[in-house]
Amino acid sequence: MNDVKVFALSTCIHCRNAKKYLDECGVKYECVHVDELTGDERKQAVDEIKKHNPAVSFPTIVIKDKVVVGYHKDKIDAALKGE
Amino acid sequence: MDAKQLFESLKKLQEPKGYHFNDDMDMTMPLLESLLINKERLGYMACPCRLANGEIDADRDIICPCTYREDDVKEFGACYCALYVSKEYNDGTIEKQVVPERRPPEKILF
Repeated sequence: MNDVKVFALSTCIHCRNAKKYLDECGVKYECVHVDELTGDERKQAVDEIKKHNPAVSFPTIVIKDKVVVGYHKDKIDAALKGE
Repeated sequence: MDAKQLFESLKKLQEPKGYHFNDDMDMTMPLLESLLINKERLGYMACPCRLANGEIDADRDIICPCTYREDDVKEFGACYCALYVSKEYNDGTIEKQVVPERRPPEKILF
């Protein structure tokens, strides 16, 4: 699956755990470490996150048309199954 | 300073105030390491689970321990990143849950 995007912070433990869980599930995903971006790139990432999660918190995981905010295994599972 | 030294010095300061480190060391030690990374990167220990602006005046509310810790520990038994928790949280007498973000997104400036 290539349509999973994770907005994360490189220093965030919940982000790290969520990515680890996706890895364990064998899910391929694109990860953006927003804290490592600067200038326009960062602004664009924040604007994109706002569309999915107005609180701009991390991780924000976009799975197809579903959004999981924070490290919730059950919600990730459900979104991966398309529920 | 390494994470272990930070652990020891903060423990002495925070425990008497009723804030305990999460006894899940797989959470606590990486979080302390991340605080040191932020200290190195930014010059101050911004919350590792939040997007820091990179300017101390714009990030005062999220310098650890953050402004939101008191309300979060009171309501959820843990701060937003779950570094600081209540005694009940560590004892397992309250349910562990994901703490929602309380910081207004308007605080993200850069």
